[in-house]
Amino acid sequence: MKKFLLTCLLALMPVMAWPAPSGVQMMSADVDPHDKASLQRGAKLFANYCMACHEAKLIRYNRIGRDLGLDDEMLEKYLMFKPDAQLFDGMTNAMTDEDATDWFGASAPDLSLTARRNGPDWVYTFLNSYYADDTNSTGVNNLVLAGVSMPHVLQELQGLQTAVREEVDGQEVITRLAASENGGVMSAAEYRSATRDITNFLDYVAEPVKAERERLGIRVLIFLFLFLVVAYLLKREYWKDVH
Amino acid sequence: MNQDGADKGRRRFLTAATSVVGGVGAAFVAVPFLAYWKPSARAQAAGAPVEVDISQLEPGQLLNVKWRGNPVWIFRRTEDAVGDLDKLEGVLRDPESSEPQQPEYAQNRHRSIRPDIMVLVGICTHLGCSPLFRPDSRPEGIERDWFGGFFCPCHGSYFDLAGRVYTGVPAPTNLVVPPHHFVDDNTILIGEDEGAA
Amino acid sequence: MSESRTGGLMGWIDERFPATKMWNEHVGQYYAPKNFNFWYYFGSLALLVLVIQIISGIWLTMNYKPAGELAFESVEYIMRDVEWGWLIRYIHSTGASAFFAVVYLHMCRALLYGSYQKPRELLWIFGVLIYVALMAEAFMGYMLPWGQMSYWGAQVIINLFGAVPVVGDQLALWIRGDFAISEITLNRFFALHVVGLPLAIIGLVAAHILALHEVGSSNPDGIEIKKNKDENGNPKDGIPFHPYYSVKDLVGVVVFLIVFSVIVFFMPDFFGLFLEPPNFEPANPQVTPDHIAPVWYFTPYYAMLRAIPDPFGGVVVMGGAIVVLFFLPWLDRGRVRSIRYRGLSFKVALGVFLVSFVALGYLGLMPATSVYTMIARVCTAIYFGYFAFLWVYTYFGLEKTKPVPERVTMK
Repeated sequence: MKKFLLTCLLALMPVMAWPAPSGVQMMSADVDPHDKASLQRGAKLFANYCMACHEAKLIRYNRIGRDLGLDDEMLEKYLMFKPDAQLFDGMTNAMTDEDATDWFGASAPDLSLTARRNGPDWVYTFLNSYYADDTNSTGVNNLVLAGVSMPHVLQELQGLQTAVREEVDGQEVITRLAASENGGVMSAAEYRSATRDITNFLDYVAEPVKAERERLGIRVLIFLFLFLVVAYLLKREYWKDVH
Repeated sequence: MNQDGADKGRRRFLTAATSVVGGVGAAFVAVPFLAYWKPSARAQAAGAPVEVDISQLEPGQLLNVKWRGNPVWIFRRTEDAVGDLDKLEGVLRDPESSEPQQPEYAQNRHRSIRPDIMVLVGICTHLGCSPLFRPDSRPEGIERDWFGGFFCPCHGSYFDLAGRVYTGVPAPTNLVVPPHHFVDDNTILIGEDEGAA
Repeated sequence: MSESRTGGLMGWIDERFPATKMWNEHVGQYYAPKNFNFWYYFGSLALLVLVIQIISGIWLTMNYKPAGELAFESVEYIMRDVEWGWLIRYIHSTGASAFFAVVYLHMCRALLYGSYQKPRELLWIFGVLIYVALMAEAFMGYMLPWGQMSYWGAQVIINLFGAVPVVGDQLALWIRGDFAISEITLNRFFALHVVGLPLAIIGLVAAHILALHEVGSSNPDGIEIKKNKDENGNPKDGIPFHPYYSVKDLVGVVVFLIVFSVIVFFMPDFFGLFLEPPNFEPANPQVTPDHIAPVWYFTPYYAMLRAIPDPFGGVVVMGGAIVVLFFLPWLDRGRVRSIRYRGLSFKVALGVFLVSFVALGYLGLMPATSVYTMIARVCTAIYFGYFAFLWVYTYFGLEKTKPVPERVTMK
């Protein structure tokens, strides 16, 4: 009976993962909260490219400093661009919702929890799925979020991909995205690495305590296994009485 | 169940061992629940040091800012007032500031970093009311030497312009001087000692 | 007083409060069968999880704000700004699912070994009442983070009350306190979740344990150990709860804490089942998520609800699935308690029932395609069919049982 229940549970596991909110094949972001170098690079990219429009108000600068190993001076130099920003403030910008809607048609959402809501693979795939599209007002579109009003902010790094369309089952669909000839300043591998860093950073922003909790978890389990040994010996000793 | 032939010594040992490990575990578990009560990052942010611009502060004028929920006074003493501080030795309870009511850089005659700029927490050391600023006029009924200071209306305590408490009043100690330092000649940071992060 | 200091103190207390008496009656000299197996850990584990939820819950309440947008923000405040807040939050979210996992296994034990049969019918009824209270508690608790799933899950379930004929709309309005789910609903659910239902659950758990101790625990062989007593009047097949089961249950507790810690520290979201991704977005009454589903422990009933085409019919079937549990002691008219000695058909029927309950749980998580709906209908029929079968099988004496031993077997 036990084995049956366990097998059922294990068999159901993979199917239970929540479907990503899009039909696109997701790229694997392979985030690592312990990779501080990646997080630092991602933080810098985020501050330089994303924060003009987006905020991440739930993460404080001094928290980033503590977790990523950046001192106050580095935080102020590389991440804090808003005038009067304090170390204990969250990552906010100066753009108001009204301005955003005027200029882009929609306000850029706060990204504090996006990696947790949609999953890091979604974020990574999104950053890698922009392509040229004249039918959209910004001139670009995105496989992950069709009709997106966000421009391809990282275009200078990646260049602009083009959509390759083929006929599948009588319908014309985009089967893949091809790199453009005049690409960006980064090679394809560099761009993937950079977007992976941004994704890693956003995954950190969504749950800053993840690295710490995993480290603590190891210690807790070691303690509990020790406790298990001692408790079991005690049980076995007393149960010698019982026949 | 049969307890004959039970190794009592081994049982005592194992019970003790389990209790000790369990006790250690319980102590570990208690830590998060106790630490949870500590001021959160939001409380630390709200209690962060406050920067004050004193470039417009005239002699005899007092600025009132809020730090950690308390009023903090910054005022510029006139030159006469600085000199007058020495004349009050006889009527003060703690003229040398020997009680730990101030950081060590304020443990001097004028209880401040610079003789002209005074920084005080505006809470009476008796029962917590906020005293009134009386730079010149003598409060009613006071017959003592008076060169300006603070008068607490709740129970009638008097302090001089360095926040030092008079004898014979309910308040037991001098007004608290908060940690602070000069960022530059015209800016004071309340809440942080010099060089502290 | 010539007694020792401790004796003196306990003596003083015992003259005024039945401390030693209660200890002896319920722990020190409470004789439990010596053949408890794996299935008998879950009662004490359920009590442990209750304590864990109460303590972690109180601590969360110190920082949670039950008011509209502040609610969602206050949960993130606890996760980020409050020292160790993240741990207490994960303990509470994992504990909620752990509670149901443990309770389902605990109930499964009762089905396997006939623990609900005479004289333990009232024990079983208190248990089902605890289960119902627990479901209400979990439902209200899930609303508190005020995420998209909190809001829309509550919206869907409370609209079910609207499906009741005649009084439905008034009923739903009365429950909500507003024309749609709002912070008014949130606030009252907060009061019930933090105070009302915990008090009810604690009272019911006390009643449950008292009812158990009044008749004594059953066991995997289903025989009455009190029928064979030794010269001291104690059951020959019984052992005092302390030290034997206190020491054994401690091992169970540690194993549970290991599993619990793996989840809390390494996978608190648990594949999106314990912390659901849509709930990391603040509640938005204007936008419905693609996929509204209740939390995993409610999905068997949700699958039943969706399987029935008529909304009110679905509500009746869903409610009926719980109500039928209350009648189990009277539906099963068998004289043999334990599956070990019951007829083959019983074993098959129970196995099929359990498989279809788990299947319903899975189906409730999935979108309602036509194939899945068909399977859900079959499984719902099996669910009710089990109880009908049990009654027919035992009332008409169709069951062929094996001889039940006089003394327990240490299988």
